[in-house]
Amino acid sequence: MFTELNSILSSSPDSVTPGEFILVSDRQSDASFLIHHFLSFYLRSRCKVVFLGLVQSFRHYSAVSQRLGVSLTQAKEKGQLVFMEGLKESLSVLIPQADNTESQAMNFLRDPPVGLRSLYEFVRSGAVGSGRAEDGAEEWGPPVLLVDDVSVLLSLGVDAGAVLDFSHYCRAAVCSQMKGNMVMLVRCNGEEEEEEDGEEGAEALLKGLTHQCSLNLHVQGLPTGYCKDIHGQVEVCWKRRQGDGPHTQRNLFQYKVHDKGASFFPRGTSSAVL
Amino acid sequence: MAAPVSGMGEAPAERLPVNSTSFQKKTRSKLVSIPGTRPSVQNGQLLVSTGVTSLDYLLGGGLAVGTVLLIEEDRYDSYSRMILKYFLAEGVVCRHELFVATAQDNPDDILQELPAPILDDVAVPKAVEQPRLTGEPQDSLDAMKIAWRYQHLPKVQSALASSSRFGHYYDVSKTMEAEIRQAAKCHRFCLPDHVTPSSTAHRLESYSALLESLQEVIHREGFDLAAPMSKSRNILRVGLHSLGSALWGDDLCCHDKPRHRHALTTFLYGLRALLRSSLSVAVVTLPSHLIQDRALMGSITRLCDNAIALESFKGSERETNPLYKDYHGLLYVRQVPHLNCLASQLPDHKDLAFKLKRKQFSIERLHLPPDLSETVSRVSRGELASACGPSASGTKNLDF
Repeated sequence: MFTELNSILSSSPDSVTPGEFILVSDRQSDASFLIHHFLSFYLRSRCKVVFLGLVQSFRHYSAVSQRLGVSLTQAKEKGQLVFMEGLKESLSVLIPQADNTESQAMNFLRDPPVGLRSLYEFVRSGAVGSGRAEDGAEEWGPPVLLVDDVSVLLSLGVDAGAVLDFSHYCRAAVCSQMKGNMVMLVRCNGEEEEEEDGEEGAEALLKGLTHQCSLNLHVQGLPTGYCKDIHGQVEVCWKRRQGDGPHTQRNLFQYKVHDKGASFFPRGTSSAVL
Repeated sequence: MAAPVSGMGEAPAERLPVNSTSFQKKTRSKLVSIPGTRPSVQNGQLLVSTGVTSLDYLLGGGLAVGTVLLIEEDRYDSYSRMILKYFLAEGVVCRHELFVATAQDNPDDILQELPAPILDDVAVPKAVEQPRLTGEPQDSLDAMKIAWRYQHLPKVQSALASSSRFGHYYDVSKTMEAEIRQAAKCHRFCLPDHVTPSSTAHRLESYSALLESLQEVIHREGFDLAAPMSKSRNILRVGLHSLGSALWGDDLCCHDKPRHRHALTTFLYGLRALLRSSLSVAVVTLPSHLIQDRALMGSITRLCDNAIALESFKGSERETNPLYKDYHGLLYVRQVPHLNCLASQLPDHKDLAFKLKRKQFSIERLHLPPDLSETVSRVSRGELASACGPSASGTKNLDF
């Protein structure tokens, strides 16, 4: 959990605003460090976390979370964390074997046009488990869904519309019904002005998710070029649906990722420059 | 920053869980060390050498076990094939096992062209130093009088090399002797030998067959991380040549809107899944200059951990440009991974060039030397001025 980011977002592990859909997006950059922040943040605030780790192994997330002070293996054992390791589950679907006992979640790999229904069922069953208070089990807070990352589903052949449907279903289930939160990472590759047919999927997905979300953290490289000390800029954009009309607020920060966290500072105030 | 010792390895008393994946931080007490590998100083990752020492330096010390290196081929596939051969030759010398897959040539063709290792360690490159003028005392040379602002900057070291040697050197003019080569165990996958009848839009039979064959080799030879730790472990080096080309049955390189758009990306996802759960490392070459869709190239790059692109000067007008006469081509680093840690090791400079010498493939920072020659004719000076901005030659025209 990055303390500076907490103060920027005015959030703390003790008080988590319910029903938020946080979209982390990046363009020609890598915003996965923010996913690690939200993972450790929600685990610290004792919420039940359903994590779809589609691009990296469990060891990777566990090693980074250890540096941020949270143990994923312990959380998994206590039942606080429901982790789906996409890479491992996908192998049994991609290479069919005689005696495989695969979970149904990655079934969409077999036939991508079918959609992500089985993945949604997995999320729902993982999140619902927090409602029941079993004997001896701890009570966790409202469920949180984290997805890292959603654009890999496009690379695996799923339609952008199906991914938008999936995120809408998850938002209805997790954010509205169960009063939990949702964080998704979406990655884009091209420039914003280009209108290529091939990019239709990713741009449409980004626009659709930006419309659905309540808080958008958009990570980009520096517009002035490559710099070793400043890794990029983050644009934080709130969409508050207040009574007095739509009110969007944007803030721009630059950031640098280091071993145990990331530091955020207003433009031009990096320690490398001052 | 070196990883703290207390952070290495899990809870020391327990055995590693059976379904753990790669990137183990191997402590000395648990694992017999595998020849040809070393732990990274940055984050304790297990690294192997690619066979090219400057490439090892660029990748942060070496190629991490369990990752994929994507090489975007140059136009005639000469230098990318060379790097693939270096990678496989390094595997033979370190006694790792090899897995080579090709669609057009027989894998044996690549294996017979492996460069011969220089085993007597004669050619050890030294770091590039500034030439010292004889007779001049040290102090006055070090203390700059005019350009004193630049005093604290490090001396320009164009050749990329680290202080500790890891990896071997190869002599490109000779091929590896048959005895050395046959001592290494090599698995081959040649696409024409495997039947490819039909394919769906999202999965190509050729890629599925390759993935199945690779998984079968990993299981059979015991590279799985889930296999018992008591046996002596080895690394499997996977070399996939020209993936994505039309010979694999893929039309990525042929059409603007390919039918099998997601076949290669699905394969790369499966490859990453296989590698993360075994002691293997892969180098994939891809003819990216044939792929029209930049967005697709972006998603392919993101599914590989390391990615570099080669652009050779052969056949282009840069070959005769005197600015580039020392180099054979440019090298771009498209992606560096961040594995088990938040930060990635970004390269210092982004403008790199390579040259293939007889005993070394060196990657250097591209810097243009000052144009000090008196006999440069006006015609070529015009070419120089238009070719490249930051050279000092333009000012010669303003001769007062």
